[in-house]
Amino acid sequence: MTVPVLEVKGLNRAFGALPVTRNVDLALEKGARRALIGPNGAGKTTLVNLITGALKPSSGRVLLDGEDITALSQAERARRGLARTFQINTLFRGLTVLENICMTIGERDGECNNLWRAAGAKRSVIDEALDYLDALRLTDDALKLVRELPYGRQRLVEIAVALAQRPRVLLLDEPAAGVPSSETHLILDVVASLDPDIAILIIEHDMEVVFRFARQITVLVAGAVFTEGTPEEIMANADVRAVYLGEAIPGGGRHD
Amino acid sequence: MDASETQAVLSARSAARARAADYLARRHRFRWPECLPWLLAIAAFFLLPDRMTFGAQVLIMVMFALSLDLILGYAGIVTLGHAAFFGVGAYTVGLLIARLGYTEPISSLCAAAMVAALIGFGTGWFLLRYRGLTLLMLTLATAIMLQETGNLRSDISGGYDGLPGLTIAPLFGIFQYDLYGHVNYLYVLGVLGLIFFFVRRIVYSPFGQALTGIRENVRRMHAIGSPVHRRLVTVYTIAAAIAGVAGALFTQTNAYVTLAVFDFDVSAKVMVMLILGGTGRLYGAFAGAVVYMVLEDYFSKMSPTFWQFGIGLLLVLTVLFAPRGILGLIEGASGRAARRAGP
Ligand SMILES: Nc1ncnc2c1ncn2[C@@H]1O[C@H](COP(=O)(O)OP(=O)(O)O)[C@@H](O)[C@H]1O
Ligand SMILES: [Mg+2]
Repeated sequence: MTVPVLEVKGLNRAFGALPVTRNVDLALEKGARRALIGPNGAGKTTLVNLITGALKPSSGRVLLDGEDITALSQAERARRGLARTFQINTLFRGLTVLENICMTIGERDGECNNLWRAAGAKRSVIDEALDYLDALRLTDDALKLVRELPYGRQRLVEIAVALAQRPRVLLLDEPAAGVPSSETHLILDVVASLDPDIAILIIEHDMEVVFRFARQITVLVAGAVFTEGTPEEIMANADVRAVYLGEAIPGGGRHD
Repeated sequence: MDASETQAVLSARSAARARAADYLARRHRFRWPECLPWLLAIAAFFLLPDRMTFGAQVLIMVMFALSLDLILGYAGIVTLGHAAFFGVGAYTVGLLIARLGYTEPISSLCAAAMVAALIGFGTGWFLLRYRGLTLLMLTLATAIMLQETGNLRSDISGGYDGLPGLTIAPLFGIFQYDLYGHVNYLYVLGVLGLIFFFVRRIVYSPFGQALTGIRENVRRMHAIGSPVHRRLVTVYTIAAAIAGVAGALFTQTNAYVTLAVFDFDVSAKVMVMLILGGTGRLYGAFAGAVVYMVLEDYFSKMSPTFWQFGIGLLLVLTVLFAPRGILGLIEGASGRAARRAGP
């Protein structure tokens, strides 16, 4: 058996007296397409924060390529190929879209250690940044400030930044959150066409999207893994229906 | 979509690409209006020959404000203790002359830069882990502690009476510093030019970009793998060195130094200047320091007891009506003009 790219073992975290992550185990193989679902407040975002190092767990381990990275800083993990998007846009709002991407490439390649060369002088960086923007149809917005873009386009920038990190593991926290439903397909198309080698964990509420995109699903309830399996298994699981899917099965009712 | 349509879309996209790439590739290039402050500084030398000591003091404050701009304007760190490094530079030169009899000006400047950088590195490494109010208090405390250290060893520092009568050796061993400060003015202007060149390089470098990233969104910087603490310590050290040089020039210009260089007033004043001129704009330091110093000079002659009211009013007007400072106003006006002139 191959070593998973990302592995989470017995992760725990509490906020004060409130346990928000409880003994979570999770593994992503190379090229994985796993969805993480669960009711609001289940601790999905917290789990992403623990995996990326934005939060420290009270116990448990995170492994990247079998190597323990629990003690590493968030930045160090990012440099090793662990990227995430945020549920709420977290971008350089006062900079242009292109600068957002160039910055990411600059930090990825260690260019930003350079105090002397002009930032715009390396054409290869700009070209690569524009390639990401091209792929997400953001080229026309390249010179706009992020804060001038509609929220839905900003969501795309959020993904473009993560891609510019050239990640091996990508954690997408509700990539279509806050986007008008008429525009969500744009974002989900992008997500569906991501590099098949990247291991992806997506948090998403729209069950149609989940069942179309994911090959595995993990259900998180009250901070603990409730169950996991293929989309078919999850759909057939009566307990999952009871706690979560009840009203959100494809064709079976409304989405929240 | 037929072939010609596809062609049109593709060429529109490559045009957009070229435009975007050009913008970034050109941004750091020199623009003619950038000559203006330097021409003014040279003009002042010829037009106001009897105000050269004041002129040098203005240029020193420009340099000091420029160093603050690196950390406040670019990296977004608010500090209330930047006088610490100005003071360290000022005292390095003062002590070299008064206690060691070392009077060579340029190597003294270098020594001041080095000592200030060292203290900037040491304090920065410790306190830049914090943000917000905590950081504010820690920077403030740094300046106070340095001042009190000086006070404790007044046998060395001269205490609040300071070190008077500091004279420096001729510049390059040739140019005697004259009573009217002509040589000194050109000397300060030269040093400022050199330092400005450095700062400009830094601001437009990938490192400078990373600083604006930290200012814009530090959470994102962590997420893309930026060693934020290291970047902050680096820029803090550089800014400390530059502030140290400004302090050193201050001592050399005035031929004395007292512990007042560490005063909270000094930290506050340089911040007011920078906000007045415009933060994160490179030339904001020029505009702010010049306007502040000239008005201060004017008001204090007009009303020796009440002049600070004028400065206060100016600050209120700035933050209410020109929140991006004088430079922001100029950019806004020229931007509007460009749009009107454009297609
Ligand atoms: N920084 C924090 N401090 C205290 N409580 C938090 C914090 N972050 C999240 N929580 C709590 O943890 C629980 C899980 O939050 P979250 O991980 O955002 O859930 P989800 O993403 O599944 O909706 C919620 O009850 C939330 O209120
Ligand atoms: Mg969430």
